[in-house]
Amino acid sequence: MTALLEIKGLHAEIAGGRKIIQGLDLTVNKGEIHAIMGPNGAGKSTLSYVLAGKPGYEITAGEVYLNGEDLLAMEANERAAKGVFLAFQYPLEIPGVATLTFLRAAFNAQRKARGEEELSSPDLIKRVREIAKTLNIDAEMLKRPLNVGFSGGEKKRNETLQMALLQPSLCVLDETDSGLDIDALKVVANGVNALRSGERGMIVITHYQRLLDYIVPDIVHVFAAGRIVRTGGADLARELEATGYGQYQSEAA
Amino acid sequence: MAAVQETIDRVKGIDVDQYRYGFETVIESEKAPKGLSEDTIRFISAKKNEPAWMLEWRLEAYRRWLTMTEPTWARVGYPKIDYQDLYYYAAPKPKKKVASLDEIDPEILKTYEKLGIPLREVELLEGVERPAAAAETDADGEAAAPRSKIAVDAVFDSVSVATTFKEELKKAGVIFMPISEALREHPDLVQKYLGTVVPTTDNYFATLNSAVFSDGSFVYVPSGVRCPMELSTYFRINERNTGQFERTLIIADKGAYVSYLEGCTAPQRDENQLHAAVVELVALDDAEIKYSTVQNWYPGNSEGVGGIYNFVTKRGDCRGANSKISWTQVETGSAITWKYPSCILRGDNSSGEFYSIAISNGFQQVDSGTKMIHLGKNTSSRIISKGIAAGKSQNTYRGLVSAHRKASGARNFTACDSLLIGDKCGAHTVPYIEAKNSSAVFEHEATTSKISEDVLFYCIQRGLSQEEAVGLVVNGFVKDVLQQLPMEFAVEAQKLISISLEGSVG
Repeated sequence: MTALLEIKGLHAEIAGGRKIIQGLDLTVNKGEIHAIMGPNGAGKSTLSYVLAGKPGYEITAGEVYLNGEDLLAMEANERAAKGVFLAFQYPLEIPGVATLTFLRAAFNAQRKARGEEELSSPDLIKRVREIAKTLNIDAEMLKRPLNVGFSGGEKKRNETLQMALLQPSLCVLDETDSGLDIDALKVVANGVNALRSGERGMIVITHYQRLLDYIVPDIVHVFAAGRIVRTGGADLARELEATGYGQYQSEAA
Repeated sequence: MAAVQETIDRVKGIDVDQYRYGFETVIESEKAPKGLSEDTIRFISAKKNEPAWMLEWRLEAYRRWLTMTEPTWARVGYPKIDYQDLYYYAAPKPKKKVASLDEIDPEILKTYEKLGIPLREVELLEGVERPAAAAETDADGEAAAPRSKIAVDAVFDSVSVATTFKEELKKAGVIFMPISEALREHPDLVQKYLGTVVPTTDNYFATLNSAVFSDGSFVYVPSGVRCPMELSTYFRINERNTGQFERTLIIADKGAYVSYLEGCTAPQRDENQLHAAVVELVALDDAEIKYSTVQNWYPGNSEGVGGIYNFVTKRGDCRGANSKISWTQVETGSAITWKYPSCILRGDNSSGEFYSIAISNGFQQVDSGTKMIHLGKNTSSRIISKGIAAGKSQNTYRGLVSAHRKASGARNFTACDSLLIGDKCGAHTVPYIEAKNSSAVFEHEATTSKISEDVLFYCIQRGLSQEEAVGLVVNGFVKDVLQQLPMEFAVEAQKLISISLEGSVG
């Protein structure tokens, strides 16, 4: 069986030469949720950007495959159409563009890239409203300009809404818990859990155990100095909460 | 925003120069001899069978023009124009006298068809009602308005070739016809208002226009009448080396209302073409005029060769109490744009508005803005300007807000936002504010921002291409102004904006 995501010997640096990812191997199979934990500056967010194809990072070695296809050879929007979704730690604001407008543009751009027919506006609106209801997003919020003046909780719920609408095969959640109070965290986690499926894989990036109480991972990795230094089950996250990252930082150094 | 999708399709169909209206129509035309002299003016006037006073008016303007010098204060640079190397009059050679649309040269009709302009009333009547209109909802979940009828006056080079819906307008008492025709059929009305807002002595280009204008549109909406449809003019420059000097005069009598749309295109050429129009609006007591422009003249190629020089004087006079004039413009074309649609707020409680989107790409130079002259009591004005500069273009907002000594209670709000795409373009804001009455309240806000790489990446991560992402962000930036346009124009303008910015990043 082909793995959903296969990362082999990946090295990446920021334009300018600082090495961030230094020899990463990771395989995510369909149906699995992987948590990546680690201290600040370990390269967790960089990993998410490299997977999504953000400009400004140079891949100096290694390979990445999504369903057996060379991911690094694809443009960022092609990767999105192939099913890569990044839930941003800090979702961006687009003044003057209604959230619904943005959703429609994204949804139909992906459909078109895959050679599928675009969804008519009424059908799309219906679908968005159904998902929005499960995330406590009201119709008024869909009319507001994308993320403009949204609270931290609203922004993350909106990311989850986009994820649910676009139905990606690989979800990368970058510090989704940051800026969320416990109630908002539960709503977002429920939304993410609703997307758990045997056809989908997820990488959940976080500092804290807290999120993983609600989105329970199958596998937990400790990421330090640009590579995975330890792998375990869900228990590993709780152990880390008690011991901290200190030992791994010295190990990696 | 389905329009974004459509835009991309359209953009793909366009070659490197990105200008889809760059075709030339082969038709015989009748030109005045090259160059400018009193003889040229006599020729034009005679061609039009104008009354004697009109010829005198033109000659007076011409003599005045000879004493004037071309203005250089705008932030635009161009080689000196040789006014003797231009044709001042070009008319499609009539095969016979035109009485209805069916008798117009089919080549010309085809041209307008290519431009997507609904000239044929038949088509318009049959093809307008979008059947799915009721079910269709727009981006904000609101029902899309059914398309309304639009009466069109088409100006080809220097001559008006067709005006539609004349009969229906006549019933309402609205006069909408080429100004050359109005000079023959309603000379008193034309004489009473022509040059009263933009006098023949006004400025270099307006004075030139006064001397040589060949056609344009004339609108008169009688007292108390709400014009039953949108009025529209499409200008097309076709002939080589031809200056287009159209003159538009719109009068809304007491309590009248009219909404007027103007669209412009030209073929692609290596040499520059001159366009110097004058538009005069007169609003009497309680009248309202809404004037919208989508200007898409050929901007020149990617090296900055060719394109239209657009030197336009547009001015509205709120002559009566409680009158209102509103300018909305979407400027995407022309190599040089020099244009300041203005309002003279003469009547008490009158108000003026200026909503503008000015987009420059490639080597385009835009110097545009408005003047709000507060003269009456308790007058108000509002200016919303969105400038977008991309490529190697320069985009300047230049505006004047002034309150006369006796203009008590004058109010103005101005917001000028500039968006830069890339690092080789420039945005400039030059506001002039003169308040001679201590009760005036003038507010001015201005912002300049760059389109952020992070925002683009966010959109692209969701599946949009680079161009689609830019189009989406820019359409968001200009939304406040787009909302001011009549429905059909707003959709068209939205597409145009995305097309104009094709190739501006990456």
